[in-house]
Amino acid sequence: MPKLATESLEPRHFSPSDKLAHLGEQFDSLEQQQNAASLGMWLFLATEVLFFGGLFLSYIVYRTAYPTIFEQAGKKLNLTIGTLNTAVLLISSYFMAQAVHFAQTNRTLRSAGFLAVTWVLGFTFLCLKAYEYFDDIKRHIVPGVSVGYTGLHPEVARMFYFIYYAMTGLHALHLIIGLGVVAVIFLRTQRNEFSSEYYSPIEVAGLYWHFIDIVWIFLYPLLYLMDRHS
Amino acid sequence: MNKPKPDSQKTYAATFAALMLLLGATFWLAHVDLGRWSAATGLLIAVVKVGLVVLNFMHLRYSNGLIRVVACVGVFWLGILFMLSMTDYFSRNWLLLPSQWP
Repeated sequence: MPKLATESLEPRHFSPSDKLAHLGEQFDSLEQQQNAASLGMWLFLATEVLFFGGLFLSYIVYRTAYPTIFEQAGKKLNLTIGTLNTAVLLISSYFMAQAVHFAQTNRTLRSAGFLAVTWVLGFTFLCLKAYEYFDDIKRHIVPGVSVGYTGLHPEVARMFYFIYYAMTGLHALHLIIGLGVVAVIFLRTQRNEFSSEYYSPIEVAGLYWHFIDIVWIFLYPLLYLMDRHS
Repeated sequence: MNKPKPDSQKTYAATFAALMLLLGATFWLAHVDLGRWSAATGLLIAVVKVGLVVLNFMHLRYSNGLIRVVACVGVFWLGILFMLSMTDYFSRNWLLLPSQWP
């Protein structure tokens, strides 16, 4: 389409302080853009809910069918590390919320600091999980291998451990991706990209991080808290 | 649509305190013999914790209606997944094979 004589052929240059620099052409305001970004992430999280939901379903089916065997198998899991990991993720969620809060209120340095702590806590979770897997394998809780379960249906006990590894493994994979996301957001915060006008990337990263926490909040009682009273 | 207000530090701190308390509660209750209700209490506490995270940390309390609907819809779809699959499993033995029909 031919340009009007009054329009310059040069692309419009934005200075870093121009808050409209981040406004996409299809949006009327930064606020609308922010809402669209959050909506997109929530939709993605809905698909992630279904992704994990499939594994939760397999857990529900087998636990409903063989509740006693599931409970006996679950007792062998390391409750200390499981509880510690839950606390680590809850604390990391708090710090991630703080990071988003300080980005929204123009306190970039604090935001970056909280992002760094969030990353370290996520990494701590992975270290604890790795040690837990190492410990599980030493105790012969290996997916697909007999665990010396003496009783009816040892294959159901094996199924529990398979589901345990599948669910915690998928969760750990999401956590690794989350660490990558937090690292990128940390670097962008260091480059002063976020402010009270434009903070949607860090808000959206926070949503993903909290989702990872939510999945673990459900995994913890289902896997670790079965039949611990005897 | 409301412009999202930054949450107050009091909300974040109170939510975090509640989350840690609930973690302690669920850990402690697991060691109490509740019979059939052990699983239910564990899940109930988990739902409350998730609710706190979703409302306060994920700002759903301050989000516009569209985002709230999408959040609920995700849970609703999960409900459909569970309901349809479990009704299938529960009714597996109800029907005989056609060769056994009178």
